[in-house]
This record gives sequence, C-alpha cells and structure tokens, in this order.
Amino acid sequence: MKNKLFEKYFVFSPYFWLVLFFFIPLAIIFKISISVSEWGMPPYQAIFLFDNGFKINTTFENYVYIFSDYYYIGSFVNSLILALISTFFCLLIGFPLAFYIATSNIRLRNILLVLVVIPFWSSFLLRVYAWKIILQNNGILNVILLNLGIISEPLQLLYNQYAVIMGIVYTYLPLMILPLYGYLNKFDLNLIEASKDLGLNRIKTFFKVILPLSVPGIVAGSLLVFIPVVGEFIIPEMLGGSDRLYYGKILWEEFFVNRNWPGASALAFSGIIILVLPIVIFQILYSRWSQKNEI
Amino acid sequence: MKSSLIKSTVIFLGLFFLYFPILVLIFYSFNENKRVMVWKGFSLRWYNELFNNEQIIEAFIISIKIAALSATFATILGVMIGYSLVRIRKIPFKSFYIFLSSTPLVLPELILGLSMLLFFISLNNVIGFPSSRGQLTIFISHVTFCIAFVAIIIQARLTDFNKNIEEAAMDLGYNYTKVLYKITLPIILPSIIAGWLLAFTISLDDLVVASFTTGPGANTLPIVVFSKVRLGLSPEVNALSAILMFALIIIGLFYFYFNKKFKH
Repeated sequence: MKNKLFEKYFVFSPYFWLVLFFFIPLAIIFKISISVSEWGMPPYQAIFLFDNGFKINTTFENYVYIFSDYYYIGSFVNSLILALISTFFCLLIGFPLAFYIATSNIRLRNILLVLVVIPFWSSFLLRVYAWKIILQNNGILNVILLNLGIISEPLQLLYNQYAVIMGIVYTYLPLMILPLYGYLNKFDLNLIEASKDLGLNRIKTFFKVILPLSVPGIVAGSLLVFIPVVGEFIIPEMLGGSDRLYYGKILWEEFFVNRNWPGASALAFSGIIILVLPIVIFQILYSRWSQKNEI
Repeated sequence: MKSSLIKSTVIFLGLFFLYFPILVLIFYSFNENKRVMVWKGFSLRWYNELFNNEQIIEAFIISIKIAALSATFATILGVMIGYSLVRIRKIPFKSFYIFLSSTPLVLPELILGLSMLLFFISLNNVIGFPSSRGQLTIFISHVTFCIAFVAIIIQARLTDFNKNIEEAAMDLGYNYTKVLYKITLPIILPSIIAGWLLAFTISLDDLVVASFTTGPGANTLPIVVFSKVRLGLSPEVNALSAILMFALIIIGLFYFYFNKKFKH
C-alpha cells in the first residue's frame, strides 16, 4: 500500500510540472494562433464569447496569412536549406573525426572524446562571438590571407550566409560527433580487416561495410543538428547579414516588432507541426524498425 | 604508415578547428587597446574593468542563482522521471509521459520561449499571477527544459543498473522506500551529480528562453553579453569570455568524471 503511494508521488510530480509548464503553454500557442487578431492588449480576441449567447470565435486566417506570403514561406525554406547545408558539413567533418577517434586505442580514445566535447560546454554565445572576432575585416583570418599574399585587400567575411554556416558548423559539430562515435565505437573493427581480406579495397570497404553500419549514428547526429538549426536565432543575428532572412528571425520580429501575437503563434505552431512532429513519429517508427531488424 | 598519418592529420585538424576560436578569444582578452582588433600590447586592463562593471557582476550573480535553483529542481524532477520510466510499470498514458519528457529536447528554443511567455501572460490574465515577469519566470522555464536532459542521463544509468542488488536488499527486509534511499540513489549518485552539472550549464548559457521570459530586474549574463556584442565587439566581453570558458570547461570535466564513473 505504501509502495503505491510512493510510486504515485514519483510519477505524478514531474507529470504535473510538465503538463502545467510545457503542455499547457503549447496548447496556448495553438489557441492564440486560431484567435482573431485586433489592436489592443492582448492583441487578439477571446475564443469564447459570452456577451450575446455563446459563440466560438476562431479563425484560420493567421495560417492563411503566413502561408500565402512569400516573406514567411521563403524564410522557412531558407532555414531548411541552411539546416541541410550545415548538417551536411557537420557530417563531412564529424564522420572522419568520430571514426578515427573510435578506432584509436582505448586510453587515447577517452582523452580525444573529452577534448572534442569540452568546447561544447563552454558558452554557446561566446563561441559564436569568437567567430565574429576571427572574421572581422581586420580579423585574424584576413590578416593571415593578406600576409600569405592570397588576397590583396581584406575580404568581407562577416555578415553573410557563409559566416552563418561557419558559425553553425562550429557550434553544432560536437552534437554530430557524439552519436556517431557512440555507434562507431560499438562496431567490430575486425569487420574492416575481414572485408580487406576478402578483397574489397578501401573505398568499397567504406561504402559496403562502414557506412551501412553507421547509419543509425548518422541519423541521430543529423537530427540533433538539423532541428535546432532550423529554429536558430542567435547565430544569424550575430554573424549573418540582410542577404537572407530565417525562420527564427521573422518569428522574433513578428512577435516583438510587429506585435502580431496570433501571427507569431501560427508561425511557431506550424514549426512544431512541420518540424518536430514528423521527427517524433520518425523516431518511433525507426526504433520499431531497428528492433525488428536487430540493428 | 600512410593510414596512420591520415588519421593523425584528421584528428589534429579537427581539434585545431574546435579550439582555435577559443584561443583567439583568450588571446585578444589581453589586448590593451580599446579597439579590440588592433593589438597594442599585453595588459590585464579589461579584466580589471570587468570586475568593476556592476552591470555584468549583477547579471552574473542573477544567472548563477537561477542556474543553481533550476538545476536543483530539474534534477529532482528528472530523477523521478528517469526512475519512473525504468522501474515503475504502471504509468497512466505512458506515451504521453514520454512525449512530455522528451519533446523539450528537440523543440527549438525560440518556440519554447514564446510558449512560456504567452503562458505567463495568459496565467496573469486569469489568476493575476505572475504580475510581472522576472527571475521566477526564467526559473520555471529553465526547470521545464532542463528536466529532459537529466531524465535521459538517469534513464541510461538505471537501465544499466544491476537489479539484483535491489532485490537482495528487499529479501533482507528493506522496504521499497528504504531500498531507494539506501541502495539505488547512492549508487546512481554520480549520474545525479552529472545531471545537475549539465542542467546548471544549460541554464547558465541560455539566451533565447531567458529573453522571452525575462522582465524588469532580471537581466541574466547571456542577455547582457548579447546586448553588448550584437552589433560590435567589446573588450570587456573578451575578458569575461576567457574567465567563463575556463570555468565552464572545468565544470565539463567534472561532468565527464561523474558520468563516466559507472562505465568502468
């Protein structure tokens, strides 16, 4: 009897907190996204009106508004492209690193792993700021290139989409390496030897043995990079210019500058539906699939 | 021979890429010049100015306070979730429970911040609380998204845990509660500490959610730093960076120490 009470206490305390402070806030975003906007404070009308009998006062106009305007759609597409490119580069840099760390001897392996992940512990904001210093017109990169005679006058490296990609790849790289390492670490190095003994060359060994076995790690790492990058606000704000607008920026401005709460909520809720929901579903399906196939 | 050369080159370049920006930042923090990019000579001037900057010091104290409190709450609730998911069979609406405890990990911070802000405003309209946003609302938001990180660490640790010890204690007459407090919690203590350190760092580092849920008198350190460097460079922030990175890296090493402890 006492056990039951105790179990309930353990299950329901966090349950209560998360429903109150996580689920209800998400529900409120949805509620405001289907409210009729108006001038005033708060800048939307109530959903349930009681003044003249009971009436439900909702609209999908906010969704129509953002989905019919290229300003919003374009920014979202920009963010998806940015996330895709950044994820690709993280994978390109992260895979060889993770692979070589996983194939090092055990003592070196632990040291290297800590070395790779430690920068991730230092402040995110300050690591982005560091790139602002490096990419300045009179910054260290331009100085090196000038001294080497590769360029004759400083390049404008900052405040464009390339600086944004640079900053993202730098800050998110450990998130790609960790899951990759996790899977590569489990796999049997003898398989590589075996494949060589059987006459496969390096390239074939990579594509036929190493790559297929690291798919779960690649998927996990890519998701960890891709999703937060789509909603990234700080990096484009610090390193980016006006050449490209991103989802995070227009969501911020819709709320704080235009004070269009229903519009901002519709943007946020669309983000959840388009981005987060498919990934949650995908993960459930994927874990079932991999259990079935015993990967 | 050839392949080991490629291997060391890749690892060296990778580590160089990861550490170069941090070293640049530390290097420039010793620059005497007010114009950050023009080197004038070695000096501790900006460290001195940093310690006399009341705005930054105040923000630092607020941030530490919020981070310590929210890490503590998030750890308590996260341990409960981790324990429930691994050890307790009957959880009503279990998939909803899993959804609630794992979605904060993948939800973009911006959406989380917006939802918290709109929640606090709506709550104020309904029950008149919180009348203004500030440290309390940042604290609540930080607890909410730190819980998930602690829960994952604890869940992984408990899945790994040898249940026989608990059963043996039960056989020897310990009741459920006693097993938990005398056996289970002490054994997973390193993971609990690791979870706390992770939550502490995440809260200390958070800019986006704090920007949404802040109010008068609650400028956390990232908010102050961001306002200083959004449009330009700041020599004081360079000095702060060097100190903060050093401190956070130490915390990171402790995290590894505690989290890896059980794996050997």
